[in-house]
Parts: sequence; C-alpha cells; structure tokens
Amino acid sequence: MSIRKFDTKVQHLKYKVLREVAKQAWNDTLYDNLLEIPKIIVPGNKPTMRCCVYKERAILEERIKIAMGGDKNFSNPIEVIDIACDECPVGGYEVTNACRGCLAHRCEDVCKFGAISFDHNYVAHIDKDKCKECGACAKVCPYSAIVIRRRPCENACKVKAISMDENKAAKINDEKCISCGACVYQCPFGAIMDKSYILNVIDLIKNQEHGDYKLYCVVAPSISSQFIYAKLGQVISGIKQLGFHTVVEAALGADMVSASESRELAEKGFLTSSCCPAFVDFIEKNFPQMKQYISHNLSPMATIAKYIKKTTPNAKIVFIGPCTAKKAEIQKESVKPYVDAVLTFEELQALFDSRDIDITTLDEDVLDNASYFGRIFARSGGLTDAIAQALKEQGLDKDFIFKPCSCDGIEACKLALLKKSKGVLDANFIEGMACIGGCIGGAGCLTHGEKNKAEVDKYGKEAMEKTISEAIKIL
Amino acid sequence: MIFVSICVGSSCHLKGSMQLVELFENKIKEEKLEDSVILSGSFCFGKCNRVGVTISIGDGTNEEVFSGITPESFSNFWTEKVLKKIKECEA
Repeated sequence: MSIRKFDTKVQHLKYKVLREVAKQAWNDTLYDNLLEIPKIIVPGNKPTMRCCVYKERAILEERIKIAMGGDKNFSNPIEVIDIACDECPVGGYEVTNACRGCLAHRCEDVCKFGAISFDHNYVAHIDKDKCKECGACAKVCPYSAIVIRRRPCENACKVKAISMDENKAAKINDEKCISCGACVYQCPFGAIMDKSYILNVIDLIKNQEHGDYKLYCVVAPSISSQFIYAKLGQVISGIKQLGFHTVVEAALGADMVSASESRELAEKGFLTSSCCPAFVDFIEKNFPQMKQYISHNLSPMATIAKYIKKTTPNAKIVFIGPCTAKKAEIQKESVKPYVDAVLTFEELQALFDSRDIDITTLDEDVLDNASYFGRIFARSGGLTDAIAQALKEQGLDKDFIFKPCSCDGIEACKLALLKKSKGVLDANFIEGMACIGGCIGGAGCLTHGEKNKAEVDKYGKEAMEKTISEAIKIL
Repeated sequence: MIFVSICVGSSCHLKGSMQLVELFENKIKEEKLEDSVILSGSFCFGKCNRVGVTISIGDGTNEEVFSGITPESFSNFWTEKVLKKIKECEA
C-alpha cells in the first residue's frame, strides 16, 4: 500500500494497525491473534522507528488498544500513548551555539521585556523569567541562532489542553480538550491518537445480514477533497461494497440546517453556528455565558441522521468524515439516538484495504442529494454563504441585515467570542470552525492540500440542485 | 390516510425524484388531499432502476414499493395506485 495516500508516516503506521485489526475482525480471529499483531506489523529484529523492536511492539500494543476503542473509562476520543511520547524538549526560546556574539545585538534591541543579556563572549542569553515567548528575537537574529523549543502537540493545541505529566509525557486536560485532533495530526511520534469505532462498524456490517436493520452511511462533503487517487463515485462504490445499504450526503443535512438556522438567526438577532462539535465544545467550556447563543440546530450529520431514522425506523447510521470531534459529538444525549458510529477517512481507507477493496478498479456509483450550499459547508466560509443564501431564499433578508463573522480555526473563534462577550463584535453571526480551512483541515483527513478548497467548490458546483429550498423540498 | 415515500437517494434523485415531488405536491393540492396523503422522502429502497424513481405507498401497517416511476407515468401511477389506495383505506 503506497504511502502517498497519507500526509505522514505516522498516519501510515496508524493505518497499518487499523487495517490489521479490521482484517482480523472480519475473519473473527481478532481475539485469537491479538498478541501476534505487533509482530505482523513489525517483523524481524531490526528496529525502524524506535530503540528496539520490543519498544516498537510495546507501542503497537497501545495503538491496537486504541484501534479497538481505547480506554472506555474516558469519553474523550483523544488519548495519549505515554510510552510513545518522546518527551520533546519544552524549554521555550533558547539561544543555540549558532550565536556568534555579534555587535549588532538586534535581539536585545527588539526584546520589549529586557530578557536578553550577554556573557563575556558577547553571546546572548535569555532570562526565562522575563521572556514572554513573543519570538521577536528569533525573527531578527541574522544567524537564526534563536529557536523555540516547544512541543509540537502543545503548539498544535490552541486551547491549551496539553501539558506535561510528572514523567514529562504529554497529558491532556479533558476539561479543556475539544477533541479537534490537532495534536493527533501534529505529534511527529504518533503518541496521541483518536479512538476508533472501526470494530463497532464491522459488527454493524456483519450483523446486518441477520439483523433487522439497514446500515446507512452518511458521508461528509469534505470527502470531495479526499481519496484523490480515485474518483468520488468509486469511493461510494467501495463503501457499498463494504456492506452499507446506501450512502447519503451529510451536505443534505447542511441544507436543512441552513434553512432553519437562518430563520432562528432572523428571529433571535444573534447566533453562533452549531455544526462544528469542537467549536460548540469550546464555547461550553470557555464561554459558558455564551451558550445561549449557540444555534439550537443539530449538526448537519445529526440532522440528516435524524431524518433518515424518522422515515426509516430500522436504519442504523455510520457517519464518515474528517473529524475526530464527531466521535465525541455522538456521545451527547441529543445526538446518540441518531448516529451509531463515526469513522474518519483514515479509518475508511483502512477498512477498504482490510477487505482488499481497491477502489480504483470499481465502477463509479453516484452521490447526489444536496445543493451547492450544503456541500460547501466543508470549507471555512461555506456555512456563512449558505446562511446568506437561505435568508434570501426565504425572503428574510429584507428586514434582517446579515453581518457574519466567519472564523477559520479555533484561535479566530476565540477572538470573536471574546469580542462578543465584551460587546464589541461587529457581527450578528459567528461561523465557528475549529480546524484551519474548515472540515477539509480536519485531523481525520487522509491528506491536507492546497487544492482541497477548490475541490470542495468544484464538487459543490456539480450539485444538481442549485438552491437550498429545492434540495430540501420534501424533507 | 396513506403514506407516500419518494426515494430521494442519489440514484433516484438524479433520475428526477424532485420533479415527482413537485407533481405529487401539486396534485395533492389540486385534489385537496392534504389530510389523506402524507409525503416524505426516503433514501434507497434497494431497487435502483435504469429509469425512473422508486416510491413506496403504505397505510401504516403494510407498505408496497414501486420502481421506475417517471414524470410521464405519474398520472397513471396517481390514479392506479395512489387514489386506489386512498379509497381502500377510506372504505
């Protein structure tokens, strides 16, 4: 299996574990061969990743646990594998030996906090007590001699949920974590992983044969930027070949959300979106006084799933998307009845390969339920465009002036929420997307590329329905 | 009262389910049958056809599934299946 399907080798390793666990599960041999899986993935006696194959296999055991659902005592889908954590240095800004003790002392001049001093060799030193980690000195040093030593996980976590435990391994504070998965994607050692529902999904597929239900797949619109080595229609064929009864676009749920969210907005006068579970979680944890403004709509995933279950009572539903926070969302009481399991695109790839389904050889099936506007929810700004359109289509734009603030990434969300809480936000709608770029930047994506936004827009334009009201006519 | 469920799954959707939804809505209005027919959407009956849309008609207990309905065959379908079912239920 070629590596080009993923951005990093860490994803590839995680995929190999998921694929093997899935393969054994299909054959009903998982519990017989559980202890053999690490050896299947790391054969021989030459280590390729760590100090020895034994450590590699010990870490793989932990990865297998997470692939099988992880620690059931904690609801957070994001989990640290402490023995995989390389205990990266955390010193903050440091002067390296590239400092030549020059005369210019730009570092000293630019530091507003007086944190830089010089020794008898004129070499710069940073006083940790004074340094505010602004990075100005690092920027101006002509020798690039000043570097930041910050852990990639901590750096990725903009909600400051990651710290060190007593053994210097990364630790997640579940009170702060929004399960966005940024750390999962950024940790270069693969020491943080998202728990998988892959075994639940395999059970759902298997039991369908003698069960009294049909298994529906609700797929996120960001799929249009994924599996780029194949056609979207082939991915749909692959999902059906796995054993799903049919595939429905979550984007149709997005159309339904735009229609009702725009009405709610016009009625209440101020709203934040509720599509992104990490953003909702962020508000609940950090701005409890703003909870009242969160749109009362379920997410597009939950909205379409609810509709399917209403019209087809014997349906079971698996959502497939780019998002690790969705794995937390389906544990909410308000969503639990509608969505039975969540997979990421990474996990879907593993599932295909566990069944030796090469999607590039399959015929193209069709996927067409939603409008352009539902589909562009996958990228930052799309939800705002859809709300504007829905207001227009329902004639609500006459009396209500729409002033959106679309926030790309959780830092932008934080800023807008902060402004709103201080009463200085010049907007009446906050579109919150925790991942940079929107869902296409999600941690569960196979690949993240420059072209992803264009791919989503292209897919949007291929929609048969051009307006939201046409798409949701009967729903 | 009868329940008409029109497939709006991808395959049927591309073959014109939205047109049929419109035809149904108009006909129901025209004949003032709002209290007798409940329209809804459904996703795939597993009878995807080369032509036309799959529609199910039910009375709450039993359900009959028809496939291959097109805008052209709609009026026939309406009298033969829908109106007939309404009469059956009212009888």
